[in-house]
Formats: sequence, structure tokens, C-alpha cells
Amino acid sequence: MAIWLTKDSKVIVQGITGGEGSKHTKRMLAAGTQVVGGVNPRKAGTRVDFDGTELPVFATVAEAIKETGADVSVIFVPPAFTKAAVIEAIDAEIPLAVVITEGVPVQDSASFWAYNVAKGEKTRIIGPNCPGIASPGASNAGIIPADITPQGRIGLVSKSGTLTYQLMYELREFGFSTAVGIGGDPIIGTTHIDALKAFQEDPDTDAIVMIGEIGGDAEERAAEFIKANVTKPVVGYIAGFTAPPGKTMGHAGAIISGSAGTADAKKAALEAAGVKVGKTPSETARLMREVMS
Amino acid sequence: MDLFEYQGRDLFERHGLPVLGGGVAETPQEARAIAERLGGKVVVKAQVKVGGRGKAGGVKLADGADEAEARAGDILGMDIKGHTVHKVMLAETADIKEEYYFSYLLDRANRTFLCIASVAGGMEIETVAEEDPERVAKVAIDASKGVDEAKAREIVTAAKFPAEVADQVVDIAVKLWQAFVAEDATLVEVNPLAKVGDGRVLALDAKVTLDENAGFRHPDHEALEDKSAVDPLEQAAKAKNLNYVKLDGEVGIIGNGAGLVMSTLDVVAYAGEKHGGVKPANFLDIGGGASAQVMANGLEIVLGDPAVKSVFVNVFGGITACDAVANGIIQALALLTERGETVTKPLVVRLDGNNAEEGRAILDGANNPLVQRVDTMDGAAERAAELAAAGK
Repeated sequence: MAIWLTKDSKVIVQGITGGEGSKHTKRMLAAGTQVVGGVNPRKAGTRVDFDGTELPVFATVAEAIKETGADVSVIFVPPAFTKAAVIEAIDAEIPLAVVITEGVPVQDSASFWAYNVAKGEKTRIIGPNCPGIASPGASNAGIIPADITPQGRIGLVSKSGTLTYQLMYELREFGFSTAVGIGGDPIIGTTHIDALKAFQEDPDTDAIVMIGEIGGDAEERAAEFIKANVTKPVVGYIAGFTAPPGKTMGHAGAIISGSAGTADAKKAALEAAGVKVGKTPSETARLMREVMS
Repeated sequence: MDLFEYQGRDLFERHGLPVLGGGVAETPQEARAIAERLGGKVVVKAQVKVGGRGKAGGVKLADGADEAEARAGDILGMDIKGHTVHKVMLAETADIKEEYYFSYLLDRANRTFLCIASVAGGMEIETVAEEDPERVAKVAIDASKGVDEAKAREIVTAAKFPAEVADQVVDIAVKLWQAFVAEDATLVEVNPLAKVGDGRVLALDAKVTLDENAGFRHPDHEALEDKSAVDPLEQAAKAKNLNYVKLDGEVGIIGNGAGLVMSTLDVVAYAGEKHGGVKPANFLDIGGGASAQVMANGLEIVLGDPAVKSVFVNVFGGITACDAVANGIIQALALLTERGETVTKPLVVRLDGNNAEEGRAILDGANNPLVQRVDTMDGAAERAAELAAAGK
């Protein structure tokens, strides 16, 4: 088992015929994911070949769900069309929408999130600007490389894609139940807390790696949640201890504003909640090795 | 992107918000012409994107065009907390009776927007919130509903604006929200929002931050960028579509993925503590699919920084295979030599992940004396710091 994405998940791709969409559809299929189709209104009714697997293209998410029983959508459409694509997924009540697109205006993210809340949060949104979610050995929805690590009993939640890969690689001897990249934008759907809660409840996860970075106070709020609700061991890592204030470091949300959002404050909050926090990725991996052995 | 006050004022004016007449000048002569147009007393304000300009002497009153020219001459070229004043804004003066505070901003924690309003304006809102929290109203805005008249009344009531200005503030609240949405802002702040002698409520200052991700629907926003303040290396990197931030150390950094690069800065800074205090010279994220071309562009920017004494290329091959990255580095060095650059600074390369063995073999085979391979992130950071310290 894993959280949110299992071997039984049926995945569709919004933007399946685009460059990124088709490249990653192939990779998801190669990882054993049940990709069952895609959405592009202009190419509806056609079939597209992905290295020997022919997939149908539908006009809408609703139609794709009706025809295939899909319960996950991975969204690769360009930033200007992302809001409409997510709203379409919400309207179709798909249980999980993974928004890979980078560069989505924050008002668009706020707007589709408000729409999702108004509709009763029937859709779990991961992202935007995220690498997606992978349950090694079972399914892969997004762009996380499938072959870094085998299935195992560590859960991981992270704002950063490459740091996710780095930690999965360093801890590949143990393997992972699920790794969730929640994205580095100021407004995101699924938060650290959502993932921590799910990992706490997942019988196949024994320990959790939580990766954060400068900006906002999501890590501080996660620390409070851990203190009150998480009994499984959590090991943390925060990127950006030496980042200067006022500069956006790559991710739109990675900015220290005045004295708020610093890595030191996040580390202190996590440690106060009993989380062991590594100073570097390798130290973080070492701390997790101690937990697992 | 943060705007200057005068740009914010113009933006407010375009969206129908009540502002005072004003203009921006880069020379004392231009300041004189604006003062003549405005007539009478004017205030001359340094345009810098940093707080505390008043205390630093960057805001002066002037009676007439002669004085305005002289005051502009005093302020232009001033240094305010490390920011050189290149422009001054001239504005009509106001007979301020009361000062309020009003803003819309992003509320990351609640995944929506927030209105902060207070009848205690004219000072830092953080200070008011600390000393007098009941005078600061925070009202959540539903992103799908926005601010209509009813919502604006709710804000005005929550912040306890005096009855005689309520209607005006309601109108301002609605228009300011419309401006916030129409311009894809992440912050609009009016401090002070002031009641003046004749009873009008006016926006006397304007702080605006625009969302750069929304640039595709605002072609006009590019012109608002302050080219003079941007570091020349940052400007060159931007022209090449690279995600680069100039820092003040000696170890050039190139990596893939924002989180990994931030982490690389940290690891290098820690290693530097043991090697003469060297620090990272920059943040540069070349992204997931780094081609030889992108690597060459990145290396060109980083090597073009005279402060850089060594370079650390830190790549975890996820989607990108390390052999492609290794070929990219070797080709990039060849490309730079072809462009006539003489590369003399050492490169420490750490490749891990997808096809790491193949990538390492390519680096070894190329036998370039400038390229050193170290296979762990910590070890490579240590080596890069050591080389930078030796090159200082």
C-alpha cells in the first residue's frame, strides 16, 4: 500500500499530446503506471501511440472518467491554460489532480483552490509547480524518476523535486512507500500537513522524511501538527540556511521576507516538535538510517 | 516584482483610485518642470525600494519650483541603505487630518488573499499589530468572490473606520481590489491612506508587488522593471533565460532544481567555514533538462563573475541523464574556448543519480585538467571551497 496513489490507480494526462505530456506519459507507462488515456479537446477521438501502448484522447476530463474509470489526472498544460484545466478536473470530481506546470500565476492557483473548496474538496490537488507523486513499484503520476528506489517503508513529502530525488537515492537501501512533491509555489493544493496525516495513517509507512525550504510558514505549521498528531518518527531537512533575505531563490515561494520564513526558524520549530533535522541532505539521510536500523 | 512608489501611484490612478497629482524626475531640471506644473508647495520623495527613506533624509518639502529643483538635487544620488537614488517623485502636498492603513496581500497559510486595514496608519503596520493588535483588522478574501461593496463594508466595519469616511473607503476598497486582480498583484499597500483637510480620502503612498508568473498576460509590466538596480550578471542571465541570483562569495554554483541548488549553497557555505570563510557566489538553477547549450550559457555567466575562484557543478540526474550532463560540461568548455574565452578557473563536478557511472566515465575520459570529479555532494563542496580559498 501507499498513500493516494496505488497500483490500481487509473491515470489520465491533461495535455497528453504536448511535448512534456507525451514524454512523461511514456515514462509513466514504462514505470508500470496504468495510464488509461488523455485529454485534448482538439484531438478528441484520436488514439496516440506511446512506444507500443495506444491511448485514447478524450475531449474532456468527465468523458475520460466515464470511458476509462480514471481516478487520477496529471496536468501538463501551459501556465496560461492551467487554471481552466484544473477547474475542469474539479468539475469532473476526479479524486486526485497532479499539477506539474511551473509558472502558474498565483491568482490562478488561489482561484482554482477557492473553487475546489466551494465544491466540497472532492479533488485532492497536488502542486502546481511540483514533480508529482510516486509510489515506487506501484504507480507514478508526474515526473519523479521511477527507478531511483524500490518499494519500501519510508514516506517522503517535499517542496523540492531534485531534493526529493536526492533523498530517495541516499535512502534507496530502505525504499519508499510514497514520495509526494508538493511544489514550491506560494499557494499549493496539498500541504506538508496533508501528507504527514496520510503517512501517519498508512500502515505501510514506518517513518517520514519531510523536506522544506525558506519562505512562508508551512514548516512551522507542520511542526505543530507533528507535535500533536504524528507518532511515527519524522526526519526533516530545510534548504536555504544561507539564502539572503528578499531574494527569490528559484521557486516563486522561496523568499525570506524580513525575518519571516528563515530556515533557522523552521529548523527550530521542527526540533521543538521532536523532529531530527539534518544540516545537509547526507546528514538527513544518516539520521533516517539511524531511525530505520 | 516590487514597484517604485511613482509606478504604484500611476497604477492606482489608472484604476480610478484617488491620488494626488505627481510626476517622476531623474534630474533637478525635470523636477523643476514638474513642480511648475503642479504649482505651489510640493513634496520631493526619493524613489527607493527600501523603507525608512524619510529618516534618511530622502523626503523633503519644497515651496515652489526653485526649491523643488534644489531639493531634488540634494536627494538624487543619495545613498539610502545601500540603494542609490536615481529618481525622485514630486507630489502635491496634502493637509493630512487622519492616517489609515489599507492593503491586500497573499495569505499563503490559508491559500487565499487577506485584507489588512487599520485606522492607525502612517507607521509600520507590524508595529501597530504588535503594540495595538485590536486596531488591526484582518479579513480573509474568498478568491472566487473577491471584494464587492458588501465585502468592502465588512472590512470598513471590522477596521472601525469613522462614519464620515466609510463610503469613500468602501469605494477605495472595491477599486483597489479590482486593481489587485487586474494587474495580477500579490501585494497592494496604501500607507497612509489619508483623510485630508477638505474631507477627501486619498492614497498618499503606493506599495505594489506584481506576480512575475503572470507576465504573459501583462506585456506592459516588463517596462516597469528597474534595469538600473539589477546586477549586470543577473541581467545577462535573464537574457539567456537562466534562473540566476548574484550573491557575494567566491564559489560559483550550478545545479539542477531550485531546492538542490539552495541546498548546495548551504553545503558550500558550511565547507567554506573551514576554508578561509569562502561563500557561494551565486544561485543558478539550470533546470531539469540541461542541454550542453544551457550548461555553456550557465558556465559563461558564472565564469564571467570576477569574484568567482572555483565552480561547483552539482547535478542529480533525475529526468536528465548524467552522461548527457557530462557531455554538456565538456562541450560547454569547448564552446567557451571557441567563443574566445580563456577558462582558467577549476570546476568541481558531482554527478549522481540517473547514468552517473557513464557520466563520470565521460568526465574522466575527457581528461580536462580544469575539471575535477568528486562523487559526493559534501566532498565536492569541500573541494570547491578549498580551491576557491587557494585562488583568493
